[in-house]
Amino acid sequence: MFQYVIRRLILAIPVLFGILLVTFVLARLIPGDPCKAILGEKATQQVCERFIREHGLDKPIPVQFGIYIRNVARGDFGNSIRFSRPVSIILIERLPLTLELGFIATLLAVLIGIPMGLLSAVYSNSVVDVTTMVTANIGVSMPVYWLGLMLAYVFALTLKDTPFWLPPSGRLTAGLVSVPFYQVYNLTSQPDSFKFHVYEFIANMYLFNSLITFDWRILSDAVQHLILPAVALCTIPMSIIARMTRSSMLEVLGLDYIRTARAKGLPKPKVVLKHAFRNALLPVFTIIGLQLGTVFAGAVLTETIFGLAGVGRMLFEAITARDYPIVQAFTLVIAIGYVGMNLLVDVSYVFIDPRIKLK
Amino acid sequence: MSTPSEPPSPPPSLEDSKHTTEALNNSFQDYRANSLWRLMLRRILRQRSAIVGGIILGMLILVAVFAPVLAPYDPEQVLIGVEPVRKRQSPCIHLLGCPADQPQHWMGIDGNVRDQLSRVIYGTRVSLFIGFTTIGFAIILGTILGAVSGYAGGWVDNVIMRLMDVLMAFPSLLLAIAIVNVLGRGLQNALLAIAIVNVPIYARVVRASVLSIKEQDFVEASRALGANPFRILFVRILPNALSPLIVSGTLGIAGAILEAAALSFLGLGAQPPTPEWGSMLGSERNQVFTAPHLVFYPGIAIMITVLAFNLLGDGLRDALDPRLSFNKPEQTL
Repeated sequence: MFQYVIRRLILAIPVLFGILLVTFVLARLIPGDPCKAILGEKATQQVCERFIREHGLDKPIPVQFGIYIRNVARGDFGNSIRFSRPVSIILIERLPLTLELGFIATLLAVLIGIPMGLLSAVYSNSVVDVTTMVTANIGVSMPVYWLGLMLAYVFALTLKDTPFWLPPSGRLTAGLVSVPFYQVYNLTSQPDSFKFHVYEFIANMYLFNSLITFDWRILSDAVQHLILPAVALCTIPMSIIARMTRSSMLEVLGLDYIRTARAKGLPKPKVVLKHAFRNALLPVFTIIGLQLGTVFAGAVLTETIFGLAGVGRMLFEAITARDYPIVQAFTLVIAIGYVGMNLLVDVSYVFIDPRIKLK
Repeated sequence: MSTPSEPPSPPPSLEDSKHTTEALNNSFQDYRANSLWRLMLRRILRQRSAIVGGIILGMLILVAVFAPVLAPYDPEQVLIGVEPVRKRQSPCIHLLGCPADQPQHWMGIDGNVRDQLSRVIYGTRVSLFIGFTTIGFAIILGTILGAVSGYAGGWVDNVIMRLMDVLMAFPSLLLAIAIVNVLGRGLQNALLAIAIVNVPIYARVVRASVLSIKEQDFVEASRALGANPFRILFVRILPNALSPLIVSGTLGIAGAILEAAALSFLGLGAQPPTPEWGSMLGSERNQVFTAPHLVFYPGIAIMITVLAFNLLGDGLRDALDPRLSFNKPEQTL
């Protein structure tokens, strides 16, 4: 087991190296003078020469790539052009929201998608099956941003003054402030130390922070703000999970041992949930891992629509403003997260399906 | 006394054997025509989703071809001074009670005082064009890379496939955004970006097919006859790898249309005044509370188009991929 994890980690290294190379090359391919792009059109030649020397841009490309890898390994992604602040700090501020949004969306997708697929498979070729599969097909064909806008229109405007009203934008209602857990529990840390950044990162996850500080008002407000974006974001993964669960379950339900189980008199729900479902879960699990990419890409769109200050919206704003260090760093972090998640899914197969022996 | 034995049948003449071969050939041709194409068509026609998807797609193609006939206005014509309409006016349909003295606009007027219906109709052209060109390009490039990779094996295979792994490590929309960031905004660059991010999918599909087909006897026979590798690859192997390619291509078009619309929505793809659904949605997204019709209709158009390709792709997969037939047991519980 341990050996397998190590081997998978080693196998991931070439891919990670490739990701670094692609983000490096993409940044170098951007047309125009990097100095003018970063310092602005008015930068004098002297300033530019110093800038190029300081950033090692006068060195050969392989050396520059080496410097880039070294900086990334240290967590140094350079400074944002627009905000003149380190990109890593911006990442600490923005990533927690996207993680929370992605987590809630994936959770919704799993909690709705799997039962949908199960029902569809158990009652295959019935009205239930046709309805769920038509819903899943429509769900997978809907543009996330369109669904988001329509949800905002319905829940924030049409259902205004009803108990179903939901806020169309932001993380918290104006006036509410999420008090960081380290202030509540009087945990101290040196500003700018690693511990401080970890604390900040955790505190910026409002749901988690309010849970551990027992601040229910903030929790319910943050959840209310996350519902619409999460629903918009979860539709495509949910539909894909439902379809995969259906086809995987159909395959298993047609096997002999299921007939045997039914023949020996076991009740249908027990056969479906205990005998069939567990065996049908593996492909479903793979597809859940693969949906992380959809969730991250969808986050760019959802956060833009719902005015959420997460990684996705920041990435979009950075592209519009040509803030290259942010684009480079955020793309890199998302790609690494994607690879890491798929690695995790691969490794966890062994827990789900004991028939798989990892060598 | 010996009974007269039956006269031995005369040896078949050359003429006869020619006839027999011809007859055999003909029946073989018939068999092929019957079994391959008809069987495939019959299988496709048995799939409800393929039929529904095909019909919707056929209608969309008709709308795209006859857009100038169907659209009541030029999609880029500003109606100020032409008709008494105002910016972002709601839909006016005479049948639904809109006063007859007002000009009829089924989907209302957009922020630049243009007829929304005409723009949505012309948008069909742009979206179908995007879907077919990007996936066409991705399939060509992916097929070449996958075929070479699968057939050559060894380090060539390793290099190509690791490159594909890296491209697949990025969520496709994000990679497309990053590529457009380098190439510059615009529909053409967005198309190129989407095509590039889709290449690995087809390279993998073709490689897998080539790997399984290249070991078969008919390929071996071809090699023994001295055919060159290119002929073996492109004439013998690839035609046999077509069905998974058709299936993934159809589903890929759905994804490409969604991605292109998302890029245009973000302002990176089609630029105004091109009547592209994503860009129409993007430019009016802040008006969703005051003029929801401007957001609603382009989104529905994207959804219907993507749905058509998804249904068709699903149906084709069920029809063309024999490995999936066991997925559909006669009786479940």
